[in-house]
Amino acid sequence: MWAYFTRRLIVAIPTLWVVITVAFFLMRLAPGGPFDQEAPLPPEIMANLKAAYGLDQPLWWQYVNYLGNLLQGDFGPSFKYKDFSVTELIGQGFPVSVQNGLAALILSVAVGIPLGAMAALKQNSGADHAAMTVAMTGIVIPNFVVGPLLALTFGIWLKETVFALPVAGWNDGALPNRILPVVCLALPFIAYIARITRASLIETLHTNYVRTARAKGLPFRLVVLRHAFKSAMIPVVTYLGPATVFLLTGSMVIETIFGLPGIGRYFVQGALNRDYTLVMGVTILAASLVIFINLLVDLAYAWLDPKVRYE
Amino acid sequence: MSDAPISGGRSKANLSVPHSAALNKAAEVEGRSLWQDAFRRLQANRAAMASAIVLIVLAVICFAGPLFVPWSYEEIDWDILEAAPPDFEKGHYLGTDSLGRDLLARILQGGQVSFQVGILATAVALVIGVSVGAMAGFIGGRVDQFLMRFVDVMYAVPLMFFIIILMVVFGRNFYLMFLAIGFVEWLTMSRIVRGQTLTLKNKEFIEAARASGGSTANIIIRHIVPNVLGVVIVYVTLTIPQVILLESFLSFLGLGVQPPMTSWGALIAEGAQEMEITPRTLILPAVCLSTTLFCFNFLGDGLRDALDPKDR
Amino acid sequence: MSSVLEIDQLTVAFDTPDGTVEAVTDVTLSVEAGECLGLVGESGSGKSQTFMAAMGLLADNGRATGQIRLDGIDLLSANEAKLNTLRGDRIAMIFQDPMTSLTPHMRIGRQLAEVIIEHKNVSKVEARAQALEMLKRVHIPEPERRLDMYPHELSGGLRQRVMIAMALMCEPEVIIADEPTTALDVTVQAQILDVLMEVKDSLGTAIVLITHDLGVVAGLADRVAVMYGGRLVEQGGVSDIFEQPSHPYTQGLLKCTPRLDTDFEALVTIPGQPPNLQNLPPGCSFHPRCPYVFDRCKTDRPKLIEIPGGRSKACHLDTLEAAAQ
Repeated sequence: MWAYFTRRLIVAIPTLWVVITVAFFLMRLAPGGPFDQEAPLPPEIMANLKAAYGLDQPLWWQYVNYLGNLLQGDFGPSFKYKDFSVTELIGQGFPVSVQNGLAALILSVAVGIPLGAMAALKQNSGADHAAMTVAMTGIVIPNFVVGPLLALTFGIWLKETVFALPVAGWNDGALPNRILPVVCLALPFIAYIARITRASLIETLHTNYVRTARAKGLPFRLVVLRHAFKSAMIPVVTYLGPATVFLLTGSMVIETIFGLPGIGRYFVQGALNRDYTLVMGVTILAASLVIFINLLVDLAYAWLDPKVRYE
Repeated sequence: MSDAPISGGRSKANLSVPHSAALNKAAEVEGRSLWQDAFRRLQANRAAMASAIVLIVLAVICFAGPLFVPWSYEEIDWDILEAAPPDFEKGHYLGTDSLGRDLLARILQGGQVSFQVGILATAVALVIGVSVGAMAGFIGGRVDQFLMRFVDVMYAVPLMFFIIILMVVFGRNFYLMFLAIGFVEWLTMSRIVRGQTLTLKNKEFIEAARASGGSTANIIIRHIVPNVLGVVIVYVTLTIPQVILLESFLSFLGLGVQPPMTSWGALIAEGAQEMEITPRTLILPAVCLSTTLFCFNFLGDGLRDALDPKDR
Repeated sequence: MSSVLEIDQLTVAFDTPDGTVEAVTDVTLSVEAGECLGLVGESGSGKSQTFMAAMGLLADNGRATGQIRLDGIDLLSANEAKLNTLRGDRIAMIFQDPMTSLTPHMRIGRQLAEVIIEHKNVSKVEARAQALEMLKRVHIPEPERRLDMYPHELSGGLRQRVMIAMALMCEPEVIIADEPTTALDVTVQAQILDVLMEVKDSLGTAIVLITHDLGVVAGLADRVAVMYGGRLVEQGGVSDIFEQPSHPYTQGLLKCTPRLDTDFEALVTIPGQPPNLQNLPPGCSFHPRCPYVFDRCKTDRPKLIEIPGGRSKACHLDTLEAAAQ
């Protein structure tokens, strides 16, 4: 089993390296540079600036230098926020995004799985159709539509009522400020997880081994929980890998709409400002996160499906 | 026990000539082709049929509508210059946005962009995905391993980040955008096509075709393509909304289409700014986008159910 | 002899988008204590669905009417809770495909133990001991090790033995074996049938052996029932049926089985196709394929009547020998 895990780890490292390299060269290939936004500077100052940031060196030198710094945990200075290094910015933004992301994930699992299971057990009933239509809504309506609409509802229309919620700012993580962003983030996931759970549980309930379990005279509750559930959860767990990716991209929108100081928003700002190092830093962080989560998913697989351990 | 086989001459009826009439009657229950079956099932799915109709209507309105609207999407009405409620005399059927441009015209334009990007980017994804998938599935071996490893790696990477980097690096070029989007979406398509090809490759009827002397090209065209087609149709229908969503997402963040060109995503972003004063500018494009995505998804689900009912 | 299982006018119908299909029509059968009943028929003859109905395992769109009495208790009208107390305990079933019939993520020992824990409320230790005992009874090599293994670590033949052991855990009165050897190699087939024979002899368990293979039936069954197109067409003791079949279909099946001790030039088949259950021929369902068909067969469906020797048949002919002349 450790062999399995180690093999997975070994594949992960080159993937990360590819991400870093591709991102680096893409950004460097860009026409124009990070200083073009401001009013045109005199050439000597431009040259000095470039030298200061190491931009006058040959490309391969910059690349190696960057890799070296990375290994020491240094993402370089931010081109736009001149007083901060990217590491500092990420350090500030990451906890915010992680807290929201984790909360959203937990919320979606806690709501999505039971919802999907209920729909599966009452297949084709009114409750099933209703649940799945609601789920469809969650998937289809993008979070940049839901976000502003919710902000509109709770921040403006219901402003004078007890349901009012703040719609901008993080306020150091005060609870009312967290509610709307987390719910917005979670909505599409609740929907996806509910749908996957439903489809998977329905399929599992029709397998031959569930038929055997029923033939043994086990009460249905036991048949579902003991025999069907574990196998049914496999696609849900598989989904958690790409879900992390969506959470990261979702956070870009949510943090922009609600004005939260997380890495999603830093990324968008960085992209709009051509802040190379910041964009690179966030991308690498995101890729690492995704790879890490995929490793965890692989571990969970081995627990759910014994056959996998011997691969 | 009689040793003679049944088809001997001593039995009352000679079975070497079957009872044609009775047997033929049994065969009269007509076989239906798979496509007919699927089409029948699709027609029975009212949500899917309704969605298809709504989509066609929407598309027609978006592309033909501007002919009936007096304003163009970028024209500023200098008499108004701010968000105003609908005014039929002036020709602003849905009002104006905060800069005084006709909202209806902009929504129609946005729709055109969304549909175009949807179809074009999906076409890119389709071409790449089907080629890669079919190659991997059919040739197998090293080629397959390599290609699927590649797809796996790409899946592990948060591609949205790369799209954005691409958009930033190469400027916000309209055509680049759907190349970039298509380049992300082909992954799923290729996996599906590969899976289907693999399943088919090993099915008995392919062996039968080979045994009766079919050439490889012949086999691909007459046996594999029709069977892969079904699955591809379903995923194309489900990819289009993904693509439209991606483009709206980019435009919302300011990284997609550039003003004065607009798409529904950009309109929503503008509307979000204005929502305290004129929620209309947010709600209307939001409804259009959501409805379109809804319909594509219902239609795609319906197609999937029609072509493979056990997937329910 | 008392009947352990009595099936009385059973009809099983399925609702499909193309209309209602009757897979089983008016079947009346009984299984005596300690005997082995072979149920023979082609795919689609209704043989499996008859006993799926008994176990309450019909698909969602299936409906069963009639009665199936286990020691006098009607299974068809029992609610889910009552049915659960009976199945696994007094009536058990083993299925055709051992490769997919065991839960992949649960160890064998646990799957065995849970049957007896559920029905007899014994401790985990006792349950495990009983599981070990049953594995030994079905002659699984190294039974202690197997208890802690997962299903995928066992071959098909071994998995089927585990299924049999699982069915035996509570020592039921009747075991229904639905095509238990169809998915296995011929050599393994023989072994499984031996295990079943031993179970019948040593534990006195009644066995219903559902199969399309007459060879399987010949070695093991005491009585045989033949089904065609959802109905019973013949019933009787195994030697009687094999030596003197009274229905043309049975005769056809027997002739289809190639024999090593005669010369023949071509494989014999029963001409025609199995019937379409949604569009059965009028009169006797077998008449389009019957070598002895005459006018009455095309209009009048023969009822199952009793004939001497504890047999019954559904055919208008007096005897097959007479017809052959």
